[in-house]
Amino acid sequence: MYLPLKGLIVLEFSQYLSGPSAGLRLADLGARVIKIERPAGGDPCRKLSIKNLWIGDDALNFHAINRNKESFTADLKDVEDLELVKKLIGKADVLTHNFRPGVMEKIGLAYTDVLKINKRIVYAEITGYGRKGPWKNKPGQDLLLQSLSGLAYTTGDEGDGPMPFGLSIVDSICGIHAVQGILAALIRRQRTGIGAYVELSLLESAISLQFELFTTHYHSKNGIKRSAVSNGNPLLGAPYGIYKTADGYIALAMMSIPQLKQVLLIEELDHYSQQDVFEKRDAIKAVIAAKLLTQGSSYWLERLKMAGLWASEVNDWNALRKTDLYKSAQMENRVVVNGTESYVTTRCPIRINGQRLFSDTPAPLLGQHTEKIKEELL
Amino acid sequence: MKLLQDILVVDFSQFLSGPSASLCLADFGADVIKIEKPGTGDICRELYVSDVVIDGESSIFHAINRNKKSYTADLKCPGDVFKIRKLIERADVVMHNFRPGVMERLGFDYESVKQINPSVIYASITGYGEEGEWTKLPGQDLLLQSVSGLAWLNNSSSANPTPMGVSVVDMLAGAHLAQGILSLLYQKGITGEGGRIQVSMLESALDFQFEVLTCYFNDGGQLPRRSAVNSGHAYVAAPYGIYKTKDDYMALAMADIVELGELIGCSELVLYSDKKDWFEKRDEIKSVLARHLLNNTTSYWLDILEPAGIWCSRVFDYEQLTQEEGYKALNMEVVVKTNNGISVKTTRSPITIDGEQLSDSKGAPGLGEHNNEIDLKFEIGVKPEIIDAK
Repeated sequence: MYLPLKGLIVLEFSQYLSGPSAGLRLADLGARVIKIERPAGGDPCRKLSIKNLWIGDDALNFHAINRNKESFTADLKDVEDLELVKKLIGKADVLTHNFRPGVMEKIGLAYTDVLKINKRIVYAEITGYGRKGPWKNKPGQDLLLQSLSGLAYTTGDEGDGPMPFGLSIVDSICGIHAVQGILAALIRRQRTGIGAYVELSLLESAISLQFELFTTHYHSKNGIKRSAVSNGNPLLGAPYGIYKTADGYIALAMMSIPQLKQVLLIEELDHYSQQDVFEKRDAIKAVIAAKLLTQGSSYWLERLKMAGLWASEVNDWNALRKTDLYKSAQMENRVVVNGTESYVTTRCPIRINGQRLFSDTPAPLLGQHTEKIKEELL
Repeated sequence: MKLLQDILVVDFSQFLSGPSASLCLADFGADVIKIEKPGTGDICRELYVSDVVIDGESSIFHAINRNKKSYTADLKCPGDVFKIRKLIERADVVMHNFRPGVMERLGFDYESVKQINPSVIYASITGYGEEGEWTKLPGQDLLLQSVSGLAWLNNSSSANPTPMGVSVVDMLAGAHLAQGILSLLYQKGITGEGGRIQVSMLESALDFQFEVLTCYFNDGGQLPRRSAVNSGHAYVAAPYGIYKTKDDYMALAMADIVELGELIGCSELVLYSDKKDWFEKRDEIKSVLARHLLNNTTSYWLDILEPAGIWCSRVFDYEQLTQEEGYKALNMEVVVKTNNGISVKTTRSPITIDGEQLSDSKGAPGLGEHNNEIDLKFEIGVKPEIIDAK
C-alpha cells in the first residue's frame, strides 16, 4: 500500500523513548528512518531491558520502540565520521535529537550548523525543560517530569501521597507532539521550500497534556483537589471513578445521581441531588462505594448498562485479550527478527483508507545498515 | 508563513478527543470551523467541571476550543445541509467523533463527502472501531481506561485499579488523529489525493501501552505486578517511585541501590548489592528506603542526591509549580480573548517553531458566532432568489 510519508528520510539521533517513539510513528507512516548511533553500544536503550526480556543482544523494549528503522553507526567526535553524517544530513528531510542543551552545539550539529548544509531540513529537538531557565540542565526523565509538572497530583485519592502514572506518559506525549510539529513543518516546506526548527520539551508537553486542569486551576478559587474516594479525574464530580464490588471492580463515568439511585436502589442517595456532585462529591461516592460492595460486578453492570448509564468492567490484559472486542481491534503485530525468531508487539494505531498499518520489519542491529546507506546515499 | 496557512478544517466533533486534534491544527495556523447544533452546540460547552464557569460556559470548553470558529447548522434541515455541503467543497479536512452510523444517517459519511469533495481528508474517532456490537458502547475516557487494562498499571498492589487522573485516552486519540490528518495533508501536497483516517480510543489506549504490552505478549502472558509500596511503574525496579520525606515528597527514578544507600547514609540499603534483587526484592528495598527518607527533609536529600547525578526531583502541585522560575521561563500561559470581551487564561501549544512559540490570542467562539462571516467568505449564504421565492 502507498504510505503517506513515502520517500522521506529521517535521521534519528534520539535515544531512549521520547524521540525514538516519534521515529517509530514516522516509519509506520512510510518514512525511511535511520538511527545514527555511536559505534560503542549505540542507543543506550538497547541495553535497558524491562523484565530481562531480550531479542538477541538487544532489549525487547528497544525492539518495540525501534522496529521498522535502519541503523548507521558513526562516531560524531571523529572528523571523517562527522563528514559522512553531514553528507547524510544533506540528503535528509528530517533530523531528530533529544540530547541535553549544548551537546549538538559542541559536535557542530546545532540547527544553525545543519541549516548551512540543508535549508530544507526539519530539525526537531527535544529537551527536558527547554533551552533556558533554571531547570535546563536537569535530567529529562519521565518520573521526574511527572513529579514536577503536577501530574502526580491528578491520580490516586486525596489523602494518598502524589501518585505517578504507571507508564512513561511524558516521553510518549512529547514524541507525539514532535511528530505533529515535524509533519506540519513538512507541509509548509512543500510551499516555501524551507524547513523548520521544531523545539519541544518534556515539561511543555506534560503541561499541555494537563491543559484542561491548568485552565481550570487558573480560574478556580478553591483549587483542584482529587477525590478522597475512588478518584477518577480531579475535575469531575460524583460518581466518576473505579469501585470495588463483592467480586471485582467496575467503573462509573458521568451519570445522573437520581437515576443511579433508582437503578441501583441506593436509598441513602435520597439525601443528595444532581447539584451536589461537586460539593458533596466524596460523601456521595462513599455511599455508592459501600453499596457496590454488596453484590458482584456483573449484577451491577447488567442493571447499569440496561439503563444506558456509562459503566464498564475493569479488565486486566488477560480478561481484555479474551474479548471479541479486543480481537476485532487487531492490534497485535508480529515482527520477524530473522528467519527463525519473531515476537509480537502492537501496530500503529492509525488506520489509513481503511487499512491497518502492520509492519513485520524488525529493529536494526547496531550498524546493520551502515554500508548499505553509504552505497545508496553517500 | 504559518505551517498550515489556508488549510480549512470542517470539524463536527464534540467534547475532547476530536476537538483536541483540531486545536492542534488551529495552533499550526489552520482555519478550524466547528459545526454546531443550533441552540446547544458542542455539549462540552455545558460540561462544567469543578464548578468553574467562565461566561456561562465550562472552563474546559474554553481551553479546548480557543482559536476556532463556530458555525451553527441543523443537519436535518435541507437549507443548512446545502450550506454545509458548500463548505465541505472548500474543505481540506472534514472530521468528526460521532458513534458509527450517525454520519451515515446525516449523509456526511466518507463516501458521501468524497463525492462532494474528491480530494478531502476525512478523519474520525470512535470509541471501539466501526464494526461489532460494541460500537454502541459509549466512547468515554474512564471506561476506555478501565476496558484497556490501563487502570491496572497505577497505584500500589493493595489498592483498587486506579485510573490516570487526566483524560489521557481522549488526548491520545486526538493526537493520533492529528498525526494521521497531517500525514495525509503532506501526501496531498505531493499526489493531490486525500484519504481517510480512522482512530479508535481503544487502539490509542493499547498503543499507549505498547512497551509493556510487548513484554506481556512475549513473557507468557504474565500480568503486571504493581509495587506494594511507593508505586511508580509496574515494570521498573527499586527505587523508582515517589516517597514521603519529613516535610514533603520526592521522586526517585532509576538508581544504583548501593550508591543511593551510601549517599543517604542508609547501611541497610547498601547490603542489596545484587542488581537482580532490585527488581525481585523491589518492595522490601523500597520499604527500607521509604522509612529512611522520613528522617529528613526533601531539600536535605535533594542537596545530597542532585549533585551526585542521581535522578530525583521535588513533587509539585499546580499551586507550587506555577510559582517556580522554571515554570515561568516556559511562558506556557496565554490569555485569550473571546469576542464578547472575556479574558481566559489557558496554556499555549507545547510546540515552538523557528524560535516562536505558537500562541494566538483568539478565544473560543460563541455559539454560531461566525455564521455570517463564513456565509460571506465562502459565498454560501441563502441566495436572494430563495428568499424571494418565499
